[in-house]
Amino acid sequence: MQKIINFLIRYKTFLLYIFLLLIAFVFTFQSHSYHQSKFLNSANYISGSIYQLSTNSTSYFDLREENESLLKENEILRRRLYNKQSSEIPIIDSTITYTVITGQVVKNSYANQRNYVTINKGRADSITQDMGVITDKGILGIVEGTSNSFASVQSILNDKSRINAKIKNSNHFGSLIWDTKSYTTVQLIDIPRLAPLSIGDTILTGASSSIFPENIPIGTISKFDLDSSKSFYFIDVALFNDMTNIKNVYIIKNLNREEIENLELETKTDD
Amino acid sequence: MISSSFFINLLRFTLLVLVQTLVFNRLNFFGFINPLVYILFIYWYPIKENRTTFLITSFLLGFCVDIFSDTLAINAAATVTIAYFRPVLMRFVFGVNYEFQSFKLNSSTKAQQFTFLALLIVIHHITYFTLEIFSFTNSLLILQKTLTIGLATLILCLLFISLFSSRKE
Repeated sequence: MQKIINFLIRYKTFLLYIFLLLIAFVFTFQSHSYHQSKFLNSANYISGSIYQLSTNSTSYFDLREENESLLKENEILRRRLYNKQSSEIPIIDSTITYTVITGQVVKNSYANQRNYVTINKGRADSITQDMGVITDKGILGIVEGTSNSFASVQSILNDKSRINAKIKNSNHFGSLIWDTKSYTTVQLIDIPRLAPLSIGDTILTGASSSIFPENIPIGTISKFDLDSSKSFYFIDVALFNDMTNIKNVYIIKNLNREEIENLELETKTDD
Repeated sequence: MISSSFFINLLRFTLLVLVQTLVFNRLNFFGFINPLVYILFIYWYPIKENRTTFLITSFLLGFCVDIFSDTLAINAAATVTIAYFRPVLMRFVFGVNYEFQSFKLNSSTKAQQFTFLALLIVIHHITYFTLEIFSFTNSLLILQKTLTIGLATLILCLLFISLFSSRKE
């Protein structure tokens, strides 16, 4: 017993070091699985408020550009509205599948392997995990953790990110991943070899995702090649979004998501 | 027990975390260079302090930066590593001098200070990027990032040191 205590006292710094390192490793590796642990993100009260404060003071510098981009988006939407051929019957509430909430980015990163964006909407604005986040140009990511008034969004520039995507005007779909090399391109994999492709084709979100609505723009094909198995394409996609300059975002909630997930769970357990 | 050095360290801690997260994490020089200047805390921390508190403080420092920059606990692991190896490095760089009561960082030569800082940065960055990238097939990327970002950190740290050095001449 005496020896054990002596040992502990003698090596107490080393043991403390190992202990602290172990804690850090546990935090790091447990969240390598799908969801980041709940409290280890910048969406908590303190860091969220500090980022909000800093955004409040810096956002004045690009108000003019922001206004212009919002006006441009309005212009497109209005043109689409006025050119609608038939005056449709107003949609009845029970058939609405998606609701949209607006928010602003308070913290953005794109230089790491796993990038997260923090936005200024949280549980109080009915934001929950697994809601899609887009901008006026294209998709941004998926909500991963929320606090009362902030949410942390897993950006598409994250090596854990996998988003269902397809090629415009065809129904070949694959997964969107990121090889962590450049913040202007992401990769689309698992598109079968027989799909007709050409450089410049548009990539959209696919239909088999319960997070994003179908046909949200992502980017255009900048390069494609067959992968090592020679039966699937490996496609580089140039993003529409400038990931370094994001301000206003839309958070999309799929009202049918729970039903879809339950159904998928049921069919899975039947097998 | 609460002395002026406690408050200086507390102030340094808070300011370094804020400067790191609000300024240097957004730098993105050449698209990916974000210097990690907060490790100046380890460089400046008093030498004769209790090692246990030093380790715990460094862990907390790394952890605070982690929470702000959404990097899980990578910064914490890297920071606690250099905090643990600091005495070894000091003995290596400053020789037996470091054991004396009267030893101060300012009294050592510029070359010694530089080597000490550079070694801290190299160990920190290698641990950090190994954990961040976490695959040995990308070891070239780890080295490349350590080198480029480490150089940026070194330059900025040297600037900070010369800016805040308390020289009484």
